[in-house]
Amino acid sequence: MDIKEIRAAHRAETWREELRKSKSAKERMSQPRVKMPSLSPETRIRSNNEVNCGLTAEMAMAEASRCLDCADPQCVTGCPVGIEIPSFIKNVERGDFRAAAAVIKATSALPAVCGRVCPQEKQCESRCIYHAKMGKEAVAIGYLERFVADEEMAAGEITAPVAAPCNGIKVAVAGSGPAGLAFAGDMAKLGYDVTVYEALHEIGGVLKYGIPEFRLPNKIVDAEIDGLRRLGVKFVTNCIVGKTLSYDDLHRDGVRGIFAASGAGLPRFMNIEGENLNGVMSSNEYLTRINLMGAASASEDTPVLHGRNVAVIGGGNTAMDSARTARRMGAENVMLVYRRSEEEMPARLEEVGHAKEEGIRFLTLRNPIAYLNDGNGRVCAMRLQRMELGEPDESGRRSPVPVEGAIEEIPVDLVIVSVGVSPNPLIPRAIPQLSVSRKGTVVVDESTMQTSVADIYAGGDIVRGGATVILAMGDGRRAAACMHRALSGE
Amino acid sequence: MNKIVAKRHFSENVVELVVEAPLIARARRAGHFVIVRADEHGERVPLTIADADSEAGTITLVVQAVGESTRKICAKVIGDCLHDVVGPLGQATHIERVGTVVCCGGGVGVAPLLPIVKAMKAAGNRVVSILAGRTKELIILEEEIRQSSDETIIMTDDGSYGRKGLVTDGLEAVIKAENVNLVVAIGPAVMMKFTALLTKKYEIPTVCSLNTIMVDGTGMCGACRVTVGGRTRFVCVDGPEFNAHEVDFDEMIMRLHAYDNENK
Repeated sequence: MDIKEIRAAHRAETWREELRKSKSAKERMSQPRVKMPSLSPETRIRSNNEVNCGLTAEMAMAEASRCLDCADPQCVTGCPVGIEIPSFIKNVERGDFRAAAAVIKATSALPAVCGRVCPQEKQCESRCIYHAKMGKEAVAIGYLERFVADEEMAAGEITAPVAAPCNGIKVAVAGSGPAGLAFAGDMAKLGYDVTVYEALHEIGGVLKYGIPEFRLPNKIVDAEIDGLRRLGVKFVTNCIVGKTLSYDDLHRDGVRGIFAASGAGLPRFMNIEGENLNGVMSSNEYLTRINLMGAASASEDTPVLHGRNVAVIGGGNTAMDSARTARRMGAENVMLVYRRSEEEMPARLEEVGHAKEEGIRFLTLRNPIAYLNDGNGRVCAMRLQRMELGEPDESGRRSPVPVEGAIEEIPVDLVIVSVGVSPNPLIPRAIPQLSVSRKGTVVVDESTMQTSVADIYAGGDIVRGGATVILAMGDGRRAAACMHRALSGE
Repeated sequence: MNKIVAKRHFSENVVELVVEAPLIARARRAGHFVIVRADEHGERVPLTIADADSEAGTITLVVQAVGESTRKICAKVIGDCLHDVVGPLGQATHIERVGTVVCCGGGVGVAPLLPIVKAMKAAGNRVVSILAGRTKELIILEEEIRQSSDETIIMTDDGSYGRKGLVTDGLEAVIKAENVNLVVAIGPAVMMKFTALLTKKYEIPTVCSLNTIMVDGTGMCGACRVTVGGRTRFVCVDGPEFNAHEVDFDEMIMRLHAYDNENK
């Protein structure tokens, strides 16, 4: 049976047919989309608590009843890991949350994470029939996914998916971010002996050092990693593939396949005057000090610079995370400097909205051209060039062009540069046979994720440059399926 | 975990720790460093690997207590563990036979210099080592350096041991006496700066090893960035060694003071 036949069979189950008939489509469609309860802006900027509070069971079941259980569900095609969305949602509607969790876990290793950080408005929810055909708000698939995962965690009855018997074949994963975790989960389910090597002292990659606690609590990430441990995945921290263990070392240990998922950690700078002044740092440094090293807490040794007037340069999710973190670190005036207009911002709409509610000032159509020295090596001001939008570029976005003579100087004592990342060079440098693009990304066959070295597969940001958590997970799943085919001779 | 199997004091604030780290001991080469976290609340601190024994599975670190984190590491005793040790990191030293190499070490910079002295000697170079410190108590690893050098010169600021003067005084005397093909300088930033200024005058290629503020040590954050030859480079992945004549030492010194006022 192919996936469509399986899907149709599930949809034809008696309980599901009865559930569909229990309410008219008109009744379902007349309900408004659920609103996510959240902490008020005044409360939340004084703590690191999660802003979104999650749905109650009643809210989740009501929202689930909006879903029309389409015969040919397009939402599934918008999900990079192909979650059987109507199937889990209908289980929520009938109140069987454990069954819903089992459906999600069949394809997704980290539902509590993805339900929180995926840009659903660009993925599953963008294909929902409500949004695509009826001009209504999409079913809140992300909120429901999160509800199901949280519910399972709260019940303390997290069931590991059934794994195939161990086949004794060793595979190694370089990097414990979303791509590596998704790959590890799938390979463990297929019976492989999986070890994940992580360079840092904590597992989780960007989920730990990058995405802040107020958007993704670390205990959620840890709970999902524990789920992988129960599946038999082994984790080794403080170990860098290509440095601590070479490609040859892994082979000597009997490893038959390697998945390189070391991410795009290398931050970009703009190479402008004053960028190396004290008080100018990458968002990766700022967020790592605070999220991974706990610099905000008095019990941790790692310090971080504080500022009253903080500028964050960039318009992506990392820029939003940095700006909102600066607010929580006590900055009085947080400015987001973006060279295009708000419409072009790559950040999630929800994050932009949250940032504005928290009092972040948006200085759009402005680009920094220099940072000024206070005389002691610390930044004291930024010089901004006003921009206007010109013709669309190759990506289809209108490119910003400077407005001649329109330059302003704004006092700042902390600048966080968040203008993108490049692939980390450690693995390409350690394995010179790996084919690498001009931008430094590892080249793969896009259908199999196989690199130019036959037993090395790669995925996530090391292949894409800076992308999203869920795309990285999709890569991990695809690589697992293809490596399995190659290793099992199927 | 990374158990400490031996410890000795060079002076009140400078200790040598021999630490179990078999994978790092096997993979490391001269010039590599590790990132260490003393305990679960600790900072990530970069320390150069001074020596390693791949059979015993140990690496040797020399640590000077200058702040909270290094004090914590120095306070460890035999049998204690370092919470996290990751490496080997950075690019290994480029070792080849060039002729005469003068290796200059200031203070605890002698520790990272030692593996380079050994490797330079093993590659067939004539090695002249200059060890410098403010005072006699701060000269470390003299015996080990002597064993691998053709000639060893000691310089102290106060003249309490060896010759009185700065490392640059010793270096200039060597340069005047013989043909020097390469200078390697490791020590405080200001010492490397003045060494570079001197050798630039004599047009002698010079390599320095930079000890900047780091967080992850894997290229992820850019805390360690320096300007070399007009370009921003990351010390942890592009270095730690660079052409000393191209390093913007004044900027580097300024950046080392970034956290001076950040009392926790």
